[in-house]
Amino acid sequence: MSDVLNIALDAGAAGTTLKMGARDASVELVSCFHCGETCADTTCSSGEKAFCCQGCLIIHDLLTENGMQHFYDLSHYPGVRGKGAARREQWAFLDEPELQQRLLDFTDGTFSRVTFHLPTIHCIACVWLLENLFRLRPGIGNSQVNFLKREATICFEPQKISLSEVVTVLASIGYEPALTLGELDRRKPVSVRKRQWVQIGVAGFAFGNIMLFSLPTYLGLDSFNGPLLHCLFGYLSLAFALPVLVYSAGDYWKSALLSMRQRALTLDVPIVLGLVALYSQSVFEIVSGRGEGYLDSLVGLIFFLLCGRAFQQKTHDRMAFDRDYKSFFPLSVTRITANTTTAGHGAHGVTRPATEETVSLSQVAVGDRILLRNGELIPADSKLLQGAALIDYSFVTGESAPVAKSGGDYLYAGGKQTGAAIEVEIVKPVSQSYLTSLWNHEAFQKNRDDNFNTLTNRYSRRFTFIVITVAVSAALFWVLAGNPMRGLKAFTSVLIVACPCALALAAPFTLGTAQRMLARIGVFLRNGLVLERMAQVNSIVFDKTGTLTAANDTGISFQGAPLGKMEEQWIYSLVRHSTHPLSARLASHFQNDFSPEKVASFRETPGCGVEGWVSGREIKIGSRGWIESAKASLPSENNGDRQNAGPTVGSGVCVAIDGAIRGTFVLANSLRADTDCLFQKLSANYQLALLSGDNDSDRQRFSSLFGNDRVLRFNQTPLDKLNFIRDAHAKGATVMMVGDGLNDAGALKQSDVGVAVVEKIGTFSPASDVILEGTQVPRLFEILRFSQTSARIVRLSFGVSAAYNLVGISIAAAGILSPLICAVLMPISSLSVVLFACGLTRWVGRHLISNDEYRMMNGAESADVDSTGALLTPFVIRHSSFSKP
Amino acid sequence: MNVILILIIMSLGIALFFLSGFIWSVRSGQFDDTCTPSMRMLTDDERAKTFSDSTKNKKTP
Repeated sequence: MSDVLNIALDAGAAGTTLKMGARDASVELVSCFHCGETCADTTCSSGEKAFCCQGCLIIHDLLTENGMQHFYDLSHYPGVRGKGAARREQWAFLDEPELQQRLLDFTDGTFSRVTFHLPTIHCIACVWLLENLFRLRPGIGNSQVNFLKREATICFEPQKISLSEVVTVLASIGYEPALTLGELDRRKPVSVRKRQWVQIGVAGFAFGNIMLFSLPTYLGLDSFNGPLLHCLFGYLSLAFALPVLVYSAGDYWKSALLSMRQRALTLDVPIVLGLVALYSQSVFEIVSGRGEGYLDSLVGLIFFLLCGRAFQQKTHDRMAFDRDYKSFFPLSVTRITANTTTAGHGAHGVTRPATEETVSLSQVAVGDRILLRNGELIPADSKLLQGAALIDYSFVTGESAPVAKSGGDYLYAGGKQTGAAIEVEIVKPVSQSYLTSLWNHEAFQKNRDDNFNTLTNRYSRRFTFIVITVAVSAALFWVLAGNPMRGLKAFTSVLIVACPCALALAAPFTLGTAQRMLARIGVFLRNGLVLERMAQVNSIVFDKTGTLTAANDTGISFQGAPLGKMEEQWIYSLVRHSTHPLSARLASHFQNDFSPEKVASFRETPGCGVEGWVSGREIKIGSRGWIESAKASLPSENNGDRQNAGPTVGSGVCVAIDGAIRGTFVLANSLRADTDCLFQKLSANYQLALLSGDNDSDRQRFSSLFGNDRVLRFNQTPLDKLNFIRDAHAKGATVMMVGDGLNDAGALKQSDVGVAVVEKIGTFSPASDVILEGTQVPRLFEILRFSQTSARIVRLSFGVSAAYNLVGISIAAAGILSPLICAVLMPISSLSVVLFACGLTRWVGRHLISNDEYRMMNGAESADVDSTGALLTPFVIRHSSFSKP
Repeated sequence: MNVILILIIMSLGIALFFLSGFIWSVRSGQFDDTCTPSMRMLTDDERAKTFSDSTKNKKTP
């Protein structure tokens, strides 16, 4: 696991450590000196330093040889897990002149500069290492890192070192650049940022100077100046304010005009109205010689607004960085390591003795061979090596008819294999962010509208309308009352003091903070709005196997005549194609003793079982009912001996070979720790139900757990589950479904909040809204309560903002407040509301994360994230309408 | 009175000079990344190890 992942999943990793610790408490856990990953064995070490893998050791040696040990002083476990020696051929395509033209920022033949996006940059030591890259290889010159964008700009001499070699150096120390075409075309916003800085500069310049000019007026020194200077100051101020109004506030104009054209009222409209009113009033006063106008207020307002926007942008960048970083949800794939390493690609059909290991997605590198079982997602663009692929691209294209592919074909990331397992070779680096974006694809947004979002939108539309109405009527009132100057003042003050910040910002910031807090304990949300829906849940439906019961490797027994070696071999060959929790357990049970054989016409019937032909034999493994219904019932010897009451709950998996039932595997399932406690808490507030695809041998146990009046249904097909949830909907319930990603995919999608529980191997199901680590299931109640609290905080923020606006607007409408005071008050209110929302969420969240885990997390992140945490202090002022996230 | 006029012109000239300086610094990219430099200075403890220094050192032997 890379360091990035390690930190992102600190709590999750802590969980696995504990689990491992429980299994073999005698072995002392050692962290890798380079990446901080727990070392499985002590084979890799250098002196007293232990390493988790050869890759990390190589990087460490490389750095030590070049005198760069300083790297390890900068941060705890700063490294990114090594992926072994990087092969240069892999990057040879980078030396094509056409591609170079697109990639290089600059080149003149003897000197080139290139900018790469390096997703694994995560701490201060990374910055140091990458900026000292020149020490690793002659030919590389200065390099500069942009931490927030995770970019490195590297200069090199193309005569000494080719671009592909530069990339190889980067990859060899764990920073593999992300080279997608989208990456290449995404380099524009720099000019926008520059323009924003200049806008602030111009506004600040004008603000300062106009303030100087109006100082005499404020101090009552008018008599000194004389009419000439008075006039001069007025016109100078006008001249200074004009570029501010036109250039600095340009974005507000643009967005207000756009919204007018679309006949929608956005939050920018009142601002622009206010600016126009202030400027025209000032022009009138100065030209007619009646007064000084309000140019200082006008320019000050724009200056403050722009500063607020800059801070908001900064906070947004931080959050995006953090979110990207935390969005590494726990996905793993089965990697196949051929014992004869990477001898060549030609030997496809030959089954060499190979070992399978489960690795997290971030560890998968280009060139790896991975096994994709039925229902598993293709994590990166890859090439089909073995097996009949039938790829379902519905996640990507929405087209549900599977596409057949044959050996050597190119498979795009995001497809899902249906049928027997296939073996593929990864061609492009895995992009977590791509998978996350897939998760956020609109095809998987629930049809029931994201009501909070529309609520915010509806409120803000109404808000703008009300503000303009109040402003106009206040102005009219004072004009009719014979005081037009006061009317104008009231008009502008109302427009400026009105602060819609809580509406625009409270929800995203509260929910964003909450989402990040949850990610720390192994709960990954599709987006912040899911939290909002979670708060409304009033009934929860559970799946049993893998959700309430934990899989442990022990306790697999076979009932029936003992199986021969050959038979076990066939069973293993079949079950390894399936991702069902029971199949996965059987497969890992046999994994060490057997090597798989070819399976023909593999088929998995969700909720029933798997079937296929191995060595000319027909093997069926699954629920007894399914096997019996498929074949005319054959003489079977055991029936009653499967009842094992007691503390463990068993699942029976029936095996039939060539149509004859051979016996039943009993997989002991123990309930997750603290499950009873969870149900005690849940049953008070929620409608609970259990839908299991298993037989009802555990009914007794679960009815005592759930309470007698709860719905417990066994022998449920996936369709039954889906219908159950549909019925619950019809009755008006808001349903949360907790299940695994494969068998319950339909139900997860149908429910309001679909929670996919992942254990070691997670089948990524975009239909789910939440990915929950198995160990966190017992904490479901706290998680639900946290979601309710966050929703309450959002509403509270709305309340605070409403109260503020009510007071502010009424004073402004009375014409007492000066526009300058309004311009100061407005950002302060925004700030307080956002601080309130984020602070409270953090505080509540900290209680959710128990003290121990929190400390552990802080220890792991202290070096980098804490320093960013200080910067993260949400200093946010009004207006998000044109700062695109 | 004329003194004030001269002062105003001078102050405006200075202010405009600084403004143009600011605009130049933005254009030249000094504000492109306001985060990494703050981290970079923390790693400066290892002195004299910048690229230009290392090239100088290589030339001497």
